Amino acid sequence: MSSSSNVLPLQGFLRSDGRKGIRNCIVVAYLVECAHHVAREIVDAFRGQPVHLIGFGGCYPNAYADRMMNTLCTHPNVGGALLLSLGCESFNRHRLAEHIAKTGRPVETVVIQQTGGTRKSIDSGKVWVERALQQIAEVPRAPLHVNELVVGTVCGGSDATSGISANPAVGRAFDLLVRQGAVTIFEETGEMIGLEDAMSTRAITPELGHELKTSVEKAAHYYKQMGHASFAPGNAEGGLTTIEEKSIGAYCKSGDSPISGLIKPGDVPRNGGLYLLDVVPDGEPRFGFPNINDNAEIAELIACGSHVILFTTGRGSVVGSAISPVIKICANPETYERMSDDMDINAGKILRLEASVDEVGDEIYRKVLDVASGTQSCSESLGHQEFVLTYKSFEPIGPACLPG
Amino acid sequence: MQTEGKSRKLLRIHRDDNVLIVVAPIRPGDREILDGHEVVFTQNIAIGHKVAVRDIETGEKIFKCGVPIGSAKERIPAGSHIHLHNLKSDYIATYTLDKDHVFVK
Repeated sequence: MSSSSNVLPLQGFLRSDGRKGIRNCIVVAYLVECAHHVAREIVDAFRGQPVHLIGFGGCYPNAYADRMMNTLCTHPNVGGALLLSLGCESFNRHRLAEHIAKTGRPVETVVIQQTGGTRKSIDSGKVWVERALQQIAEVPRAPLHVNELVVGTVCGGSDATSGISANPAVGRAFDLLVRQGAVTIFEETGEMIGLEDAMSTRAITPELGHELKTSVEKAAHYYKQMGHASFAPGNAEGGLTTIEEKSIGAYCKSGDSPISGLIKPGDVPRNGGLYLLDVVPDGEPRFGFPNINDNAEIAELIACGSHVILFTTGRGSVVGSAISPVIKICANPETYERMSDDMDINAGKILRLEASVDEVGDEIYRKVLDVASGTQSCSESLGHQEFVLTYKSFEPIGPACLPG
Repeated sequence: MQTEGKSRKLLRIHRDDNVLIVVAPIRPGDREILDGHEVVFTQNIAIGHKVAVRDIETGEKIFKCGVPIGSAKERIPAGSHIHLHNLKSDYIATYTLDKDHVFVK
């Protein structure tokens, strides 16, 4: 069985910090919405090639967005970066370019106001990307082991089936990955209310347990401020009873492994194990909902180093992502039949009692290795490269959060 | 397979669970082997709902996906429907609507 093998057939793309990518793409990053069109025109000229569009639309500075862009542009799946600036936005393009250059990656900044406007900027960007693609083809390769992989998970377009098929199966896949020394990351503390005590007992130290519990309490407070109710009467009709049971749906994606740490967007775990990503901003709500959609969460998981994202869905989400492949695990057998082109794994088999949770967990594990070996996921082959980044605010994690 | 016997209606998600998930509607008269013992169901139980895989004592934790989701309010015999009438949250009371659409605890 492949789960006993620790060496992938793939040669990873070796980066200067020692991390290895499973993809080798150029990111074209706009640093304000005003540069978005120029960036997209450049990316569109390279359809079918590994050139991805990312960016931050805001004109006002934000430390979180700055950190996100710095970590994303130096993600192991990224070989080089073209930065698109209008010229008058607040984003610190100089520091970002320096940070990328220090990692040995090719980087170029096109300032639209200095370059002479839209057309000249597009042309100059295209010339650079053409050259950069040749340059990154020379990136050294090195054997990639399972214990060097970082795998994140998220759910979206959930329905009543998500919590009893796809999500527990991802939990089993996470257990297999952790056993092989990989880093796995789960999140959605806002949907784990009622399970903070159960979760804190899985922490590798009592101090970390306290931090995990606090992160869920923070989420509960934040969502309350946003006017979110936790348990709707309709939940009971579908068979759900308590807030704990409702929260299992999100929580069980974490599997049964001990929890090795609590991280925030942009923190990259160094040691193998299971980590909780705290995506809820610190302090009183300032910029609205913690994450405006699923892709905002995916971008954060990628900023924490995720090579690949396991996305569970019941109703049927179709999104992918820039930078890292998204693997779709469909919880609902009827949705799978309707949207099979978009789904990598049919976890609905569990509900039809045609496969066990363990069997689908093993299938997901093997799919992770397959995608890490270069096979495109469904969303990848369909060209999905969604990306979104908005304003947030975080305090750095405390010393108890990463005891390893 | 983690199913109980030859069941086509009940799903076990986690080895630590003391509940099974109904994946096809249960009808009165349906028979299932739970934990080695035959149970004859006397009521309809809808998809997504839970039944006790064995006898559960008052105050015992109910486990689903290996996680405690609350405690038994009363003794729950194997095969019984587990819902708001016999399970309570250990966290916060569940409010729901009764048939007159009034919030009840």
